[in-house]
Amino acid sequence: MTSTENKYILLKGNEAIAMAAIRIGCDGYFGYPITPQSEVLETLCNEKPWETTGMVVLQAESELASINMVYAGGATGKRVMTSSSSPGVALMQEGITYMAGAEIPGVIVNVQRGGPGLGTIQPSQADYNQSTRGGGNGDYEVIVLAPASVQEMADFVETAFDLAFKYRTPVIILSDGIIGQMMEKVMLPPFKARKTAEEIATLYPWAATGRDMKRKNNIFTSLDLDQERHERHNIHLQQKYATIKEEEVRYEEIMTEDAEYLVVAFGSAARIAQKAIEDCRSEGIKVGLLRPITLWPFPTKRVAELAGQVKGILCAEINAGQMVQDIRLAVEGKTPVSHYGRMGGMVPTPEEIAEVIRKQLVQE
Amino acid sequence: MTKENIIDPQNIVYKKPSLMNDSPMHYCPGCSHGMVHKLVAEIIEEMQLTDKTIGICPVGCAVFAYNYLDIDWIEAAHGRAPACATAVKRLWPDHLVFTYQGDGDFACIGTAESIHAMNRGENIAIIFINNAIYGMTGGQMAPTTLMGMKTATCPYGRQADLHGYPLKMTELAANLEGTCYITRQSVHNVAAINRAKKAIRKAFENSLSGKGTSLVEIVSTCSAGWKLTPVEANKWMEKNMFPYYPLGDIKDTTIEKQ
Repeated sequence: MTSTENKYILLKGNEAIAMAAIRIGCDGYFGYPITPQSEVLETLCNEKPWETTGMVVLQAESELASINMVYAGGATGKRVMTSSSSPGVALMQEGITYMAGAEIPGVIVNVQRGGPGLGTIQPSQADYNQSTRGGGNGDYEVIVLAPASVQEMADFVETAFDLAFKYRTPVIILSDGIIGQMMEKVMLPPFKARKTAEEIATLYPWAATGRDMKRKNNIFTSLDLDQERHERHNIHLQQKYATIKEEEVRYEEIMTEDAEYLVVAFGSAARIAQKAIEDCRSEGIKVGLLRPITLWPFPTKRVAELAGQVKGILCAEINAGQMVQDIRLAVEGKTPVSHYGRMGGMVPTPEEIAEVIRKQLVQE
Repeated sequence: MTKENIIDPQNIVYKKPSLMNDSPMHYCPGCSHGMVHKLVAEIIEEMQLTDKTIGICPVGCAVFAYNYLDIDWIEAAHGRAPACATAVKRLWPDHLVFTYQGDGDFACIGTAESIHAMNRGENIAIIFINNAIYGMTGGQMAPTTLMGMKTATCPYGRQADLHGYPLKMTELAANLEGTCYITRQSVHNVAAINRAKKAIRKAFENSLSGKGTSLVEIVSTCSAGWKLTPVEANKWMEKNMFPYYPLGDIKDTTIEKQ
């Protein structure tokens, strides 16, 4: 394994995910090749962590199999993950709703590409709605982390597992083809040992690890034919989601203190928007950037506060206008909200966004 | 002999396995599931493997297997049990990991997961209940429904031009390099039950010793789905199912490997 302790190295976002997973004590990765994220599986196969940390790596027969491997692996208290890109993640929705229903922790990385359908292999953020609105059947939410750099690709793997186990819920790292494919300097997290069977038994008494006769048997299911009991289960899930909304909202603000205008953008779009607002600032336009890091739970309160401060909000996304709906729900008409996006694998330039700030946002 | 004498351990000739609880089973009279459940519980108990066993139950009639056997269970989405078992066994290599699946689950919606788990030679045991019908959803055509057999979705009988042919998943599995033990059993009489028990035990031992995938098909009755009494269903199975799904070992590589 490459010696990378405490120093910056140059990695693709997809490689950073794989390298970080090995280091933070991930127990298993199950995935299926799809562009633009295949480097996650390739890097893991190249690193052979089963010979070092004991991490299991398996190329599954499909995304459907991959997510069900994550479902069952998580049920045994292991830190298990998968990665894919948009059409593959669409297939995984079955497993994700089962994980939500049965309260199974696990991490799903979506390196998004353009859609709908097979779409294109170029970057996109068009799976925002799919990720933040459940995606599968039933009333459930998934914690969604949106990395904006290769460093965050590395850092969010452990964050995602911590949240997944804290709340026993699936967590999505919603990246895209830009962050997945681009190379940046990154400092990988320090090595942590995988949890032992004894640690799992103590930390996760709910896990299906083989029944020790001192406890009752552990069962993972999302089925309950008794509708009153099943409604109570649903209420329990909703209470959990309310706690997550209260406790886990994360965002970053750039130059919002004196901002008269606000751009809201996540992931790679936030990187592009940051350059656009810097250019506008140099021209004297007081514009700031709010970057939601958790897309669910969405920083609704902070957007609402800023809506009282600014004259207008622009949502810049690489899609037809998805997060803008969450912004409008937060703003409740207090200030004008507009959207700018590109689709089908096209990515906006900083200059395009700067033009929209100058001509649309400021003039409204 | 007094009542106390009768329940003396040395006088007990038969008892319910302790891993089987007292929940009333939802299975119909004459259904094979109850018997196979009992065998699974007995074997785990005899092998003293409760703390090392993780069962994967399916969607279908056996979806509630977890209500009856007091072991750790993970209920899989329809057809995905072999994928679930793959992950569990790889993450817990010293455990006994088995799936318990019906024909719709194992041989239809989960065909990809079934074939690939077996082809990878996952060290899991698969118990495959083949009753040629979808029981839980009310008696629709299964991949294993016999030619001419009537179900809710082939009410005029299964026809090749409309529905294709009954799938012999077990013969298919025997052709895969990753499988080590492939057998077809039934539980319609005491001798058959004893043979089925030996087969399941062997499959479980193979999972533990890492010899590859074992598949135990149990040709089963569905008296409710077949619209027959339990006794008639057994007779119908012998007459119609066994000729198409002949009983016995199909493959066993574990002897050479020893």
